[in-house]
Amino acid sequence: MQSPYDLMVILLVLLNFRLLGASQLGACVNTVAVQALLIGLLALLTPGVSWNWMTLMVVFVTLIKAVVLPALVRRAMRETGVVQEIEPFVGYTFSILIGTGMLVLSFLAVRPLQVPLDGAAQVLVPVTLFTMLTGLFLIVARRKAITQVLGFLTMENSIYLFGVAFAIQESWLVQTGVLLDVFAAVFVMGIMIHHINREFDNIDTDRLSNLRD
Amino acid sequence: MIWALILVPALAGAVSFFLKSNRLGRGLLVGTAAAHFGLVMAVWNLPRPLTTASGWLAVDAASLLFLTICSGLFLSVALYSIFYLEPSRKVPVKDYLEGFQFDNRPDAIFIGCLLLFLAAMSTVTVAQHLGVLWVAVEATTLASAPLIYHHRHHRSLEAAWKYLLICSVGISLALIGNFFLAVSTASASGREMSLMMPVLLEHAAELSPEWLKAAFLLMLVGYGTKMGLAPMHSWLPDAHSEAPSPVSALLSGALLNCAFLAILRMQTLLEAAGLGQFGRDKLIFFGLLSMGWAAMMLISQTEYKRMLAYSSVEHMGVMAVGVGVGGIAGVGAIFHSVNHSLAKAALFLVAGNILALYRSKDARNTRGLLNVLPVSGALWLAGILAIVGSPPFGLFTSELMILKGAIASGRWWVVGGYLAALGLAFAAIAWVALRMVYGQPPTPPPQPRRAREPIFSIAMPVALVVCVLILGLWVPRPLWKIINEAAAMLGGWK
Repeated sequence: MQSPYDLMVILLVLLNFRLLGASQLGACVNTVAVQALLIGLLALLTPGVSWNWMTLMVVFVTLIKAVVLPALVRRAMRETGVVQEIEPFVGYTFSILIGTGMLVLSFLAVRPLQVPLDGAAQVLVPVTLFTMLTGLFLIVARRKAITQVLGFLTMENSIYLFGVAFAIQESWLVQTGVLLDVFAAVFVMGIMIHHINREFDNIDTDRLSNLRD
Repeated sequence: MIWALILVPALAGAVSFFLKSNRLGRGLLVGTAAAHFGLVMAVWNLPRPLTTASGWLAVDAASLLFLTICSGLFLSVALYSIFYLEPSRKVPVKDYLEGFQFDNRPDAIFIGCLLLFLAAMSTVTVAQHLGVLWVAVEATTLASAPLIYHHRHHRSLEAAWKYLLICSVGISLALIGNFFLAVSTASASGREMSLMMPVLLEHAAELSPEWLKAAFLLMLVGYGTKMGLAPMHSWLPDAHSEAPSPVSALLSGALLNCAFLAILRMQTLLEAAGLGQFGRDKLIFFGLLSMGWAAMMLISQTEYKRMLAYSSVEHMGVMAVGVGVGGIAGVGAIFHSVNHSLAKAALFLVAGNILALYRSKDARNTRGLLNVLPVSGALWLAGILAIVGSPPFGLFTSELMILKGAIASGRWWVVGGYLAALGLAFAAIAWVALRMVYGQPPTPPPQPRRAREPIFSIAMPVALVVCVLILGLWVPRPLWKIINEAAAMLGGWK
């Protein structure tokens, strides 16, 4: 195992903790962008990847995930003027503690799985799971709609990482389709955040609780 | 041919965003819906499977069945929308619940999103590559979220946000499931296969069972969120009750079926790999849970649109149980999806009429339907009788087939749970809905704008209810043939 590779995996774990512990939304957006960038680099560094049009695809996907999607989220931030997550449902210190628990759980959970492809996959699978849990946690434990979108993006990053871990060569058509969907999802969410802000004068999703039985 | 099924509504949808004239937009909506339906009817006469794009898209028996449901419902909803969009042009509208003023989104966006929604659903039905299937299912979410927020007020915004977020996150799990499946194909030969259904079915025995099982679970949860299986159904009652009624009809009648088809495709693969029992057990579990959960929520439900939404959760559960039991119940489940779509769409359209007149979603304020809206009242009564599964409607037949299959399988706890949930739901729905039909109208009784109910508002529900009635008495031979073909293809059921 090469050391830059290990270093990047450790960085991915640390980035998740930063997501769990940061209250400034700008910092969170940057973290998600860096995460996408790292995963793209990992994809290029994976042994056995030859320089062909698949490489171009990786570069393209990474650009969208690391530049375009964060830009969309930043636009929503500018429009709503929200810069900070105040009073999350779960406090930051406790979030990081939970994060530690999720990390341990991720390593325990993948132990029984027989990983058919050797190499990078062995270390990356628990990290994938951890990233996914982090995304889910952000969606349920934070109040602002923007943070929920960031949680969604983190989940998408984890799926991308899984694809990288197993060097899954999806056809370009499907990759483009998935990317288009994620892009459209963030775009539509951005529009909705705009409307939520206009309707409620803030984007706290706990205000969205009129509909119940 | 297949491309036309997707591209015609997609292009029409793109065009309609730029149309200034409402009249032209409506013409385009109805025209495209009719053209799409005509295309689907033409596909019926072609030999199956009809493939294109080197096998990525193909119409097989299951595709054609679900495509026909989607297209038929869309046509009726398009015609109904002419009536529905007309009064909402006068803006702003007063909210019936909290009295504030709100306006609707422009018709152009509504029509455009509807058409894109149809294009996405058509893609779901004809997709043979699981990656494309995923992309199309997510596209249905994105196209329909703005539809839910057509009436611009805070409740519909809340419903749309929940729908978008819960379904997107749920569907992400299905994407991971796709990747798991890719890993499972790599385990034997060391390199991945394409996620094309025919390829996968051919090599089903070589897939790694552990990864395949995990992939199935992830997809069951992912697409199950979209299908409205409990406990992932939490978006469904909100979205169905806040969306405009024609949209609710499409969501319930067409969209849920599309997600069901995605789960069916995965179950087919499990059967081929010899793991059918694993998948069937999970389907029975989620199916019974959905039925039970929905039955509980139906008791003491006072909002009639929420009631219809929970009834959808219940019927999705019935279909999951049917597939889980297999055999004749599997055939019944597929037949049930046809019946449920028709009946539920009719009910949502009638609910739209009731809401338009009474301006209340509370069943306690909408009594005396037969006096105030004679035609809609009668339709509501017929639709309710159909949806609770009383003879002679089609749902009775299909529910009976599933029951028969469950008894034949000898699993008495399935039979017991199934009957108990159906019985509870029957009582709960009848209790609320029948008092709406009879009973005394509120004082003062609401005054219809016109002496007679507008023809577009009742013609479509009448047509749908008549279809369910016919299906209960006699199933046309081509339809029966295709249902059996689909059932044989999906699980070898007969």
